[in-house]
Amino acid sequence: MSLRKTMEFLKRLISISAIVGACAMMLPQTASAEYADVVINNYADAAGMRPVVFPHWYHRIRFRCKVCHADLGFQFKAGGNKITMAKIIDGQFCGACHNGEISWSVENCGMCHSGVPGTPTQIHGSTVQRLVAPAYKSLDGGGAAAAPADAPAGGAAASKPAAKPAK
Amino acid sequence: MKSLFKAIAVTALYAVSVSMVSAAETKATPKSMELKEVDAPSGTVSSANTFNRLLKKPKQKNAPPPEDGIHDPDNEGSHVLQPPLVAYEGLPTTDFGNYVDWVQSLQKGFLNPRYDRVDPTVEALVMDLDIVREVKASMPDVIFPHKPHTQWLHCSNCHPKIFIPQKGANQINMSAILLGQKCGVCHGKVSFPITTLSCKKCHSKPKPEDWKPPLSAASQKNPWR
Ligand code: HEC
Ligand code: HEC
Ligand code: HEC
Ligand code: HEC
Ligand code: HEC
Ligand code: HEC
Repeated sequence: MSLRKTMEFLKRLISISAIVGACAMMLPQTASAEYADVVINNYADAAGMRPVVFPHWYHRIRFRCKVCHADLGFQFKAGGNKITMAKIIDGQFCGACHNGEISWSVENCGMCHSGVPGTPTQIHGSTVQRLVAPAYKSLDGGGAAAAPADAPAGGAAASKPAAKPAK
Repeated sequence: MKSLFKAIAVTALYAVSVSMVSAAETKATPKSMELKEVDAPSGTVSSANTFNRLLKKPKQKNAPPPEDGIHDPDNEGSHVLQPPLVAYEGLPTTDFGNYVDWVQSLQKGFLNPRYDRVDPTVEALVMDLDIVREVKASMPDVIFPHKPHTQWLHCSNCHPKIFIPQKGANQINMSAILLGQKCGVCHGKVSFPITTLSCKKCHSKPKPEDWKPPLSAASQKNPWR
């Protein structure tokens, strides 16, 4: 191996390890928020608002999953519903309840927009997030092939923004 | 020469990744880092050899919102939010997830979440049908109970998008679940997580007494056996 080639190899290794390291740094493993808290930050940060934190535990004490995920049409995917304030004041998504009738109304910005700035969209505390290595893929290829086009994946949602700063 | 470079490369890789990971630790958990320094006897143990390199335990179970690392303590609204432990008072517990047994809480009447957005009197459409799935491994077989699921969910949450409603029509295995598919659409995200302590919630039907794990083809052909 020539010296130049080796240096190149070395550089590549270092950049790979830097990416791995950066990913580890971005993983919010050390936060200890409640299991199933959803951080929604498709747009909020960019618009100068704190990310939204949606507490599943609080809502499931009051409503069954069916109300939101069947009747109101929330997809099983963190960030996958592309919620905006315009939709909310039209009575969609959070706005179906946070309308001053069933629950307090949208002027309470800080109740929903309560996340630490910069926190990526994720489902907090998920099993995927807590794995020390990427999820195992079995020999029979189970899972990967059977994935529906819009397969909900908290892990993917969480790792997408994590990969960004490494580029 | 070649092996020398290889050695340098490996060391560099290791050093960089260790420094990145420990940077993450210092940033996010100053408290646990202090503890680790006390653990090491005289500073002779390299920080690469902390007792747990990869295991990370939550600092606090059911932390109140302003202290949980996700809610911003500088936001006044964060302090108005309810701390989970206040709400969980008196509910049956488990050792994982929210540390609440949601199924028992509902079935014993400690909770009565609405099945309809506005009308609190609407009753859930519950179906009591257990589906047994034989597991091709030493783990106990899986019982999928429709009852607790339909108490929380609607048939359309699972059928037909996640599961074809026909016994045995769906290929399910553990890696798909851990990748967030099949049962893993909910379990590991919102319904109870997948940890050593929760395996037996799903793997709940013991194998027959005479059950033995099937030998792999490689093992059957192995001349040294
Ligand atoms: C019931 C919860 C809730 C309340 C209350 C709320 N929001 Fe939002 N808001 C959301 C959600 C959910 C999103 C989507 C977040 C994302 O994907 O980044 C959002 C997104 C936004 C966005 C970016 C997307 C867009 O629509 O342009 C802005 C800006 C915003 N909110 C401002 C506000 C302001 C200002 C208030 C108070 C008047 C407020 N919000 C109150 C839930 C809420
Ligand atoms: C009050 C409404 C509400 C209720 C009740 C509710 N959810 Fe959700 N759920 C949401 C919202 C909002 C999201 C995030 C969607 C987004 O970010 O676009 C979500 C996301 C999810 C996800 C996606 C996680 C991922 O993979 O990213 C799952 C799974 C889920 N919920 C399951 C449940 C289950 C199971 C229950 C019942 C125990 C439940 N939800 C009850 C509103 C609700
Ligand atoms: C099915 C109705 C429903 C939907 C949909 C819904 N909420 Fe709520 N939410 C409620 C009710 C009811 C409360 C309790 C109100 C009260 O305490 O007066 C509540 C309370 C909250 C709280 C306060 C929790 C606390 O600790 O007091 C937050 C934050 C919140 N919702 C955020 C959201 C966000 C974000 C969304 C949309 C992604 C959403 N909610 C969608 C019904 C709903
Ligand atoms: C949490 C997800 C979930 C929900 C909700 C759910 N099912 Fe199922 N259902 C399953 C699974 C998993 C199977 C087993 C499929 C298999 O073995 O491949 C199944 C199987 C079935 C079968 C086939 C049984 C057989 O013996 O072939 C029927 C019929 C069925 N479900 C009807 C319903 C109805 C009706 C509801 C609503 C009251 C419902 N399911 C709600 C997950 C669910
Ligand atoms: C659409 C969401 C969803 C899917 C998919 C799903 N579950 Fe569940 N499951 C739930 C909810 C919600 C509960 C209530 C307990 C909780 O939230 O922790 C539950 C509870 C359970 C329980 C506990 C019952 C008890 O008595 O404590 C078992 C066992 C279980 N699920 C097995 C499975 C299996 C096996 C599959 C896949 C074949 C599956 N679930 C798929 C949502 C789901
Ligand atoms: C949400 C329910 C659920 C939980 C929790 C769960 N399993 Fe499974 N497991 C399943 C299902 C469903 C199958 C597939 C059974 C079949 O072949 O139809 C399975 C299959 C398996 C298999 C057989 C190999 C394979 O991939 O098909 C093993 C081994 C296994 N699980 C181990 C575990 C261990 C270890 C844990 C705890 C860390 C665990 N499971 C937790 C539902 C679960």
